[in-house]
Amino acid sequence: MAEPRPVLEMTGIVKEFAGTRALSGVDFRLFPGEVHALLGENGAGKSTLVKVLTGVHPLDGGTVAMDGQTVHITSPLQAQQAGISTVYQEVNLCQNLSVAENILIGHEPVRHGRILWKELRRRAAELVTRLGLDIDVSATVGSYPLAVQQLVAIIRAVGDAGTGPGTRVLILDEPTSSLDRGEVEQLFALMRRLKAQGVAIVFISHFLDQIYEICDRMTVLRNGVLVGEHPVAGLGRVDLVKLMIGKDLDELEELGEHHTRHAAGDLLLHAEGLGRTGGIAPFDLDVHAGEVVGLAGLLGSGRTELARLLFGADRSDTGRVDLDGRRVTLRAPNDAIGRGVAFLSENRRTEGLVPDLTVRENILLALQAARGWTRPVPASQRDELVAKYIAALDIRPADPEVRAGALSGGNQQKVLLARWLLTQPKLLVLDEPTRGIDVGAKAEIQKLVVSLSEEGMAVVYISAELEEVLRLSHTVAVLRDRRLAARIVNGPDVTPGRILEIIASGEHR
Amino acid sequence: MTTISRVHWKTRRTRMSQDRRLPVLVTAGLFVLMFGFGAFRYQAYGFLDGQVFMNLFIDNGYLLVAAVGATFVIITGGIDLSVGSLIGFTTMLTAWLVEKQGLPLAAVAPIALAVGAFAGYLMGYVIHHFEIEPFIVTLAGLFFFRGLCLVISKESISISDPTVDRLAQTHVPLPGGSFLSIAAVVSLAVLAVAFYVLHHTRFGRRVYAIGGNEQSALLMGLPVAGTKIAVYTVSGFCSALSGLLFTLYIQSGDPLHAVGLELDAIAAVVVGGTLLTGGSGYVIGTLFGVLILGLIKTLIQFEGTLSSWWTKIATGVLLFAFILIQRAMTARRGT
Amino acid sequence: MNLASLWRAAAQHRLFWPVTALIALLALNVPFTPGFFEVHLKNGHLYGSLVSIVLFGSPLILVAIGMTLVIATGGIDLSVGAVVAISGALACLVVSKQADQDSVAGVLLAFALALAAALVCGAWNGLLVARLGIQPIIATLILMVAGRGIAQLITSGQIITVNSDSYSLIGGGYWLALPFALFVVAFVAALSAALTRRTALGLLIEAVGGNAEASRLVGIRARRIKVMAYVFCALCAGVAGLMISSNVSAADGNNAGLWIELDAILAVVIGGTSLSGGRFHLGGTVVGALIIQTLTTTIYTIGVPTQANLVFKAVVVIIVCLVQSPAFRAKAFRARAKRSGPVPRPPGTPADAAHMEVSS
Repeated sequence: MAEPRPVLEMTGIVKEFAGTRALSGVDFRLFPGEVHALLGENGAGKSTLVKVLTGVHPLDGGTVAMDGQTVHITSPLQAQQAGISTVYQEVNLCQNLSVAENILIGHEPVRHGRILWKELRRRAAELVTRLGLDIDVSATVGSYPLAVQQLVAIIRAVGDAGTGPGTRVLILDEPTSSLDRGEVEQLFALMRRLKAQGVAIVFISHFLDQIYEICDRMTVLRNGVLVGEHPVAGLGRVDLVKLMIGKDLDELEELGEHHTRHAAGDLLLHAEGLGRTGGIAPFDLDVHAGEVVGLAGLLGSGRTELARLLFGADRSDTGRVDLDGRRVTLRAPNDAIGRGVAFLSENRRTEGLVPDLTVRENILLALQAARGWTRPVPASQRDELVAKYIAALDIRPADPEVRAGALSGGNQQKVLLARWLLTQPKLLVLDEPTRGIDVGAKAEIQKLVVSLSEEGMAVVYISAELEEVLRLSHTVAVLRDRRLAARIVNGPDVTPGRILEIIASGEHR
Repeated sequence: MTTISRVHWKTRRTRMSQDRRLPVLVTAGLFVLMFGFGAFRYQAYGFLDGQVFMNLFIDNGYLLVAAVGATFVIITGGIDLSVGSLIGFTTMLTAWLVEKQGLPLAAVAPIALAVGAFAGYLMGYVIHHFEIEPFIVTLAGLFFFRGLCLVISKESISISDPTVDRLAQTHVPLPGGSFLSIAAVVSLAVLAVAFYVLHHTRFGRRVYAIGGNEQSALLMGLPVAGTKIAVYTVSGFCSALSGLLFTLYIQSGDPLHAVGLELDAIAAVVVGGTLLTGGSGYVIGTLFGVLILGLIKTLIQFEGTLSSWWTKIATGVLLFAFILIQRAMTARRGT
Repeated sequence: MNLASLWRAAAQHRLFWPVTALIALLALNVPFTPGFFEVHLKNGHLYGSLVSIVLFGSPLILVAIGMTLVIATGGIDLSVGAVVAISGALACLVVSKQADQDSVAGVLLAFALALAAALVCGAWNGLLVARLGIQPIIATLILMVAGRGIAQLITSGQIITVNSDSYSLIGGGYWLALPFALFVVAFVAALSAALTRRTALGLLIEAVGGNAEASRLVGIRARRIKVMAYVFCALCAGVAGLMISSNVSAADGNNAGLWIELDAILAVVIGGTSLSGGRFHLGGTVVGALIIQTLTTTIYTIGVPTQANLVFKAVVVIIVCLVQSPAFRAKAFRARAKRSGPVPRPPGTPADAAHMEVSS
């Protein structure tokens, strides 16, 4: 049986950023009328691949061909003209304009420079109904829920509004991450229509169920390398998750047998029915003093959202939290900090570091915030504390007066850790503390977590790497599709395979 | 193939409170209310004479033109502080060219307009391409043009040119015995053109798109750079035109003319319901904003015992009220 | 340490360029006014160009110090000019109503009332910005517009003159051979330095301005910090208002402190504090304010007509802002790079760099 010709074929794609390879020799094929899942964890290279394809990043190697002809795409506009449209997770529309205008802006029908409003609305309505949607195109986009906005963005992208050949390839970057089930149905119906019209769709999503529901084939990337191209029907979920997460973590040194350490401290945190709409479904969670609770799950599974609720970084809309046996209301981080909770965000630069301040000031910030402005840490004590933690965490350069923004990623992370350790928290919530930092720093941070828990500190540890979670945790909480799927006491019988199964299928034996 | 079930998205309920025309209606209502109050209170002093209403346009025509220019800028989410200085500068330039250099007004007016537009273009260029806050760039513009006024002359230059005199004195008769000045007619024409441009041309829609979300506008392939620069050019042009109208109104050039007028213009735009964060607003609202500011002055004059500074206080209070309304509206939209 | 390395260290100090500019400006005066740097004692008072620069620059320095803190939190305060007018108007009104205008108690009461009014103004701004979450430019615009009206309301639209030696001390009087204003400025500067650097206030302000979200996540009470900054700024403006009205023994609700907010913002920017907030430099601000005052004096002494003062100022604002603008530097750099051949893209975030190219 002759294979149909791919509409898009990327071969041997290479992309480097400042010496590090983000993509090394990736192949990607897309056929007309298919929905193709692009999968991988953080840093796997999904978004880099999309950006190379859409001309946001220039290519460092490899070729891109459409319909067998080599093309050179160097700007998003060019990509659009070549028939490649992208709809991003954050809807790129103008909320203040009408649906009709958003679909056709830049291509409005005009006569003698005057916009023909009736014609504009008629055309927009036609496009909207052709794709099976029933909305008032003269209402502003902002008055519709996000799901509809998402659909409008897609309609704009494929709308044939411009002079180009029409959309051949549609890239949907995490379109479903904030939609509810009914809204996802709407989106899928639209995708099926487009598919029937011969449009090839690249679908990026963290929801495995959705991928198995809508996609025909998938391409899996890991660390910038292609690890597989499969028909969806030919690859089970467990195998898929294995492909995505990978098992090449031997470079980390052994930390010894953790299972022997037993942590049955007092109950420190007790969350019951805690949840936030659009973030994470209501969950129960207990954390004891001296216990490391690992949160396992894929990117977008709700692990960050859970952590933020425990810290009051986001407000919960259901459930309650007891800290140290007392009911607390976590309206803002302050409320949690006051009870001895510390939180290291996964976004070091935007939510952690104050890059213009020195290492010393960054380290002192949390302690100082807790003491209030009137009680500065005395100079002698201050320098001693900072020096102690710089030495203890081996922050380099070991100069407290350096701008924190000038440090490497791993050292910045250590600065932020030092910042919280200074406050001597009872519960330390770490969201991806080892992501994007070098192997040495990674091992040091892991060791630190072990010793902190031995000293009685409770830790909630989030990581995309299952081995890391299993090595460190006493209890593993598995998250899946924004819901806490299982809580397992770690032990010799708890293997990555078992966690994988839960992540993949949601079933807990 | 299944068809998508017809879902009625919940828009009706929220539509009323989020209708972008609502602030304009509030402003128009407030104007009518205030006017009614004046009519009732000062009945005996001829408040209801049609000319009192027309004088609002005659006395504030220049402000209307400046505020229309500011509306363009504010809809894109920017701000222009150079308005007052540019008006002052235009009065000086015009007076100087006409009186000291003996040029005919017909030649001076295009020069003045071109200078204003070019000044706006330059500021827009720096704002967009060097990514400096509009606030700072137009602040420099404020200094610069006020300075140039003084460089031209430290003294006021009164204009005795017959053309200026004739234009200033011309009454455009209206049915019912009242009249408008040339400046008032020009300002209404500017308003009409601005309305047409904003609502019926691609350029106008781009102005709204940029104010709604500049990043999106860029990704939609719209010429953001050109539009942003054009908006400041429009504001510069309007300021210069406003300066010409002000020259007619006051028949002199003075380095201290129109000091702080940018604040009145911005206040009129905000009171007219335009969001200072950009993306939403109507020039018709700006008209009502200008009329309300003018009416406050008129009412205070009629009252007789109240002093002129109440104008400023009342403007501040109105500003506060409308900013609060805006804040409440955007907060609701955000959730 | 040899001379070369000393020089290099000095050149890297953040005050280097502002101070150099100040010295250059001062030196520029010498050919025109031979005795420019001379200071002499007359009737027990020090006189000289330097003294008058500091004296006339005092209100600006005060306002700029307050503005520095507000800008460091990521805000801006446009209402300082109006606060200057209100404070001066109120103080003069109180003094003028007294039977004995020279009475120290009466003058002190006037000061207290004026500063209380300034405090209310600052609290109002702080409330709008921190509690109601209104953009600082817009929030302070309200008081900028209404405040002048309030000042005129206080003075009934008149210029209130006072005849009080006690009152004129703060802005025009002498003490220990020096202008009394100098002591006030020194006191406020020292106070603000102590308030921000001896306590943790400075650190917390810089954190809030430098990264608002990170500050929230470490538990800094940003609202309280912001309110304090606006209140402090208004108090500084209040003192400046007393000084200005005392110097001329009159309060003019319309013109007192006109445009001082713009000068103050300029002084802050010249002093090296970024308008986007974060790190602030009180010393730099003081130097910046002195530069502006010296510029005014210089323009006068070298014979440029005073009217060109504003044009000069505008040019300075633009140059300072262009130099601070990363986009401008990038463009200037790229233009130079093109001329000297291709250079590799500087390391950094490639995504952003590519993005900027898309957007330009």
